[in-house]
Amino acid sequence: MNVKQLTTRLMQAIIVLLGISLMTFMLTYLAPGDPVRTMYAASGVMPDKETLEKTREAMGLNEPFMIQYFKWLSSSLQGDFGTSYSMNKPVASILMSRIGPTLWLAFFSLILMLLISVPAGLLAAVRQNRFTDYFVRGISFLGLSIPNFWVGLLLVYFVAFKLGLFPVVSMGAGIDKMVLPAVTLAFAMSAKYTRQVRAAVLEELNQDYVNGARSRGLKEKTILIRHVFPNALLPLITLIGLSLGSLLGGTAVVEVIFSYPGLGSLAVSAITAYDYPLIQAYVLWIAFLYMLINLIVDLSYGFLDPRIREGRKIYEKNA
Amino acid sequence: MKRMLDFVRLHKQFAILSALVFLLILTAVSAPLWIKISPYDSNLKDAFLPPGGEHLFGTDKLGRDVFSRVIYGSRISLTSSLLLTISVLFLGTVLGITAGYFGGVIDTVVMRIADMLISFPGMVLAIAVAGIMGASTMNAVIAILIVSWTKYARLARSLVLKIRHKDYIYAALTTGSKNLYILKKYMLPNVMPTLIVTAASDIGTMMLELAGLSFLGFGAKPPLAEWGLMLNEGRIYMMDYPWLMIYPGFAICIVVVIFNLLGDSLRDILDPRNKTK
Repeated sequence: MNVKQLTTRLMQAIIVLLGISLMTFMLTYLAPGDPVRTMYAASGVMPDKETLEKTREAMGLNEPFMIQYFKWLSSSLQGDFGTSYSMNKPVASILMSRIGPTLWLAFFSLILMLLISVPAGLLAAVRQNRFTDYFVRGISFLGLSIPNFWVGLLLVYFVAFKLGLFPVVSMGAGIDKMVLPAVTLAFAMSAKYTRQVRAAVLEELNQDYVNGARSRGLKEKTILIRHVFPNALLPLITLIGLSLGSLLGGTAVVEVIFSYPGLGSLAVSAITAYDYPLIQAYVLWIAFLYMLINLIVDLSYGFLDPRIREGRKIYEKNA
Repeated sequence: MKRMLDFVRLHKQFAILSALVFLLILTAVSAPLWIKISPYDSNLKDAFLPPGGEHLFGTDKLGRDVFSRVIYGSRISLTSSLLLTISVLFLGTVLGITAGYFGGVIDTVVMRIADMLISFPGMVLAIAVAGIMGASTMNAVIAILIVSWTKYARLARSLVLKIRHKDYIYAALTTGSKNLYILKKYMLPNVMPTLIVTAASDIGTMMLELAGLSFLGFGAKPPLAEWGLMLNEGRIYMMDYPWLMIYPGFAICIVVVIFNLLGDSLRDILDPRNKTK
């Protein structure tokens, strides 16, 4: 990616973020539920109508939509996402405390997923249409059809409760509390990923250079590890980026099951409590992270793929 | 009749799966006829009865029969996910075809909105939309519709663009065919097969997403007999009464497996690219 492409990408990202922020703001604006009441309900007192109206005025909730939006946007850009209605703390600090655990969980389950799906996909591709292949494909098909929240519940019941291997509730820090949530997340993802690894490797195995390598008498193992695998890896990196992004959204269900103190469970409780500033900031943060990850993935192509790298050198020389 | 038999012989897997889907639908539709215990009859005296005897799958915290609730749950799951799939298919196709055919401003607006939705994890938005609009099966369907139509619109648009500038389209235009007629006569038949196959293989995923929203409490509302909601309600008690969690989960899996298999085999039959492999 050269400078021009990078600028276009950044511009696009900014437009998308603006669009997303407008959309979530509109959603919360149109939503039922009275934030002022929610706020007072959290503090335990319900004042009379007049005080409610005054608070509403003071919070700027009576102003026209666009003015509210721009006020919120300008303070958000300065890092001030407002105050949470239900927890009475600045939204930014609540989010900051939850982002870490979710990123760790996402990272951990991603590693787990790679450890499962790369060998499985490779094996299935090499043994195409034989027992191993059918076995791997069968398991990954099941993985795609089982709801991940049910997998989570089964793990809680059998592994945590019956066998007592891991804590039932994943509050607090510590790797042992991350194992079951990560396994749950990795389960469904590996199913999808194994299929893609298999397809990518099969695609490469059909290329001419593999025949060339074979005719030169190279060992199958060498061909697979030195030639096929690095080539198959490239499309998979895009997918890692995408799955990291969907992980950020998909952790919600799993975090709720294991009471894991991450962004997802925060979002669910924020929505249940009509805590609009928190919801808006959450959606915006996830959008931002997601786009950042995709940008990094796109940039990494340039470093990883010699075809793109060398191509750019030639392009720059001629330009 | 003979042609049908030939088709069945040629595509055994597809025939068996269609029969299974038919059986599922039949079970769901005929539930009131053969299930004697109502899924909403609560009797606190019978709360948390283990499976067996009169209550095949046991009873829940209100003494409601879990078997009856699981079977009735199929009615909600099947209708809502079919409704969702058809709406996504419809909305995506209409927007995609119009964007591709007319181009210009319509195309830009539709595709920029689609880009925006795609560059964002869908489930996050679905949770936010469903949660903010309030919990109900319909709102969950709308929430997933909002985040899922883009895939179909992009597909429909790309298929339309392939034939948009063919001679026969220009011939139709020169001979005075109306746009609407061209859309119906040439564009729609061209995109439908691919889109229907995509939709068929997405039913399972849609079902899982709907159940996921209900599980979080942003879908079906109590006392509705819905699988995701049943898992949500049973979660608190599952340490002591695991059957509250086992059976509804099994039900989801079985139905999703059947629909996923059906989608795969439909693709094998209709997708010409797979034949060469």
